[in-house]
Amino acid sequence: MELIELNDICKTYHMGDIKVPVLKNVSLTVAHGEMVALMGASGSGKSTLMNILGCLDRPTSGKYRLDGEEVSQLTPVQRAMIRNRKIGFVFQNFNLLARTSALENVAMPLSYTAGHLSDREARRRAREMLCRVGLEDRLDHEPSQLSGGQQQRVAIARALVNRPPLLLADEPTGNLDSRTSVDVLRMFQQLNEEDGITIILVTHDANVAQHARRIIHIHDGAISNGVCPTGSEPRTGWATETADTGAHI
Amino acid sequence: MKAHRTIRTALRALRRNPMRAFLTTLGIVIGVGAVIAMMEIGAGSSQAIQKGISSMGANVLLIVPGTASTGGVSYGTGSVTTLTPQDCEAILKYCPAVRNAAPVVRARTQVVYGNRNWVPNSMSGTTREFLEIRQWTRLAEGHVFTERDILNANRVCLLGQTVARELFQGRSAIGKEIRVKNVTFRVVGVLSSKGANMVGMDQDDILLAPWTTIKYRVTGSTLETSNQSAISSASSVNTLSNLYPGDQPSLYPERSEVQAANNPMPVRFTNIDQILATAKSSEAIPTAIQQITELLRRRHHLRPDEDNDFDVRDMTEMTKTLSATTTLMTNLLLAVATISLIVGGVGIMNIMLVSVTERTREIGLRMAVGARPQDILRQFLVEAVVLCLLGGAIGILVGRGSSTLVRLLLRWPTELSIGAITAAVVVSAGVGIIFGYYPAWKASRLDPIDALRYE
Repeated sequence: MELIELNDICKTYHMGDIKVPVLKNVSLTVAHGEMVALMGASGSGKSTLMNILGCLDRPTSGKYRLDGEEVSQLTPVQRAMIRNRKIGFVFQNFNLLARTSALENVAMPLSYTAGHLSDREARRRAREMLCRVGLEDRLDHEPSQLSGGQQQRVAIARALVNRPPLLLADEPTGNLDSRTSVDVLRMFQQLNEEDGITIILVTHDANVAQHARRIIHIHDGAISNGVCPTGSEPRTGWATETADTGAHI
Repeated sequence: MKAHRTIRTALRALRRNPMRAFLTTLGIVIGVGAVIAMMEIGAGSSQAIQKGISSMGANVLLIVPGTASTGGVSYGTGSVTTLTPQDCEAILKYCPAVRNAAPVVRARTQVVYGNRNWVPNSMSGTTREFLEIRQWTRLAEGHVFTERDILNANRVCLLGQTVARELFQGRSAIGKEIRVKNVTFRVVGVLSSKGANMVGMDQDDILLAPWTTIKYRVTGSTLETSNQSAISSASSVNTLSNLYPGDQPSLYPERSEVQAANNPMPVRFTNIDQILATAKSSEAIPTAIQQITELLRRRHHLRPDEDNDFDVRDMTEMTKTLSATTTLMTNLLLAVATISLIVGGVGIMNIMLVSVTERTREIGLRMAVGARPQDILRQFLVEAVVLCLLGGAIGILVGRGSSTLVRLLLRWPTELSIGAITAAVVVSAGVGIIFGYYPAWKASRLDPIDALRYE
């Protein structure tokens, strides 16, 4: 069972009269439980691909099946509900609500969930998630009272509070120093291995990409089969088997 | 998203920037506060103005006897004697729309003090209620005659300023004895000055005495003969000890044989010339007229096909002025209220727009984690409404407080206006919805990708 199936995805932006093709016939499959790094230089189209994967944007053409559901032609409202149930987002700049406790930050997505949870249940789940990321003693701290790594862990807890099958991390270590970066990446690996959450890391940093078990390079809007900078086998296209890429620590 | 959670989210968002929330809502606070204060002070002033106008007699009802006519010749008002003091008491007792009623017995005769004499324009025998009805309870000096004076037909009187001036030339009149148609009266009080009335009659040219005294000691007659009293005064022998002048009141008014057969009723021992009454308020005037008419028809045993043997008059002209003044005041206040609330609302819209721009990233994040556009719309709308309602609540306190201050410090009359408070709450919520909608709509239209990338 594949979690993500992209089929001939094209995305074209219109700058006035000029058409700018950003994604050209991208096809990609990601299975349940994979940890994938999406690499590419800036302007390569990786952000666009990530927006489409995250159901924030619609492809101009092509099919996108997420968890067995065709999502490429959904309305914004339907996509919002898909995002809420199926996808967790982690951003480079954490995007936590200022002057709001870690617990409230984590519980925030639950208030948009269709199946109404009671306040107590929501708080219980938020607390559980914060414990999962090792912040059980920081429940009532506000983002300004937390370090960068802790803030990113709060963001991860928020992304996971709805128990989505897919976690999308956009440059999750871009604002962190190298030691905390490793901590956060280890946390991703842990979540991937222990909880079976599919993780897609978007990055331009090869060191970060190494932590994934599979690296997809994107170049000029297409998935390239270029050489993996770390020397490990780049696995692209439909390769879904888990292999030791050397990135496993 | 559940309603209470939306409200909590809104409160939390407002708490994140309390200073700005306060400044935003200041417009509404001032607006609502001004409305409440204006309404209360205005209602008080309006009351005061109404009181002023009604002191001119806007609520006064005059009940006069009907007219007699024989062979097509009408004898005018007062030509039949149908009103009794008991009618007056019954009106007070059985007409809930009537605040006060006083019997009036009129006379017109010469008043003598020492070597000076004067004929007051109006010489009325009445009760203490008369002064309340005419809003004339403040005396220049002395006191009003008592209930006992009325029961005993004591020879005491109150003088108007003009009469006092003419007779006493600036000296105090209190305790002096004057002669009215050869009956001595002791002056117990001098009325305050009231000036001329609307048609230019000098209201201070008046002598007031207990109605029993005027009735039994002075006139002994009804209106039809009272105007000739000056002649009888001149012709009669001047004896100061004459307590009961020759003209005795006719105890048994003449009735025809047929009348007596039709209406076997107890004989009316005495009659009065007018009854002066006040309605509870200017709105109650029609009710009061109706109640008085029904009561008097019953008391006078009139058959349904018979005409009234009395006439109830009201001061239509003054009542009209009164209601016009009230309407004008209300509209004026409404205009001021509307302007200040619109200004407050524009302030709210302004800050909400700034807030949407400032929180673009937050909106993007909320959308990314699954907030639908309508969730965002609702969140910002609820935020604006909560802000306005809080502002409204503070505004009510500020308004009440300042109107209380005005009452205590400036001694202006104010009046608690529940209507204004209700309106303020409704309007401030309305302002929140109307002026919060555009920023909220703008927020809900944001693209999550752009919003997340917004710096």
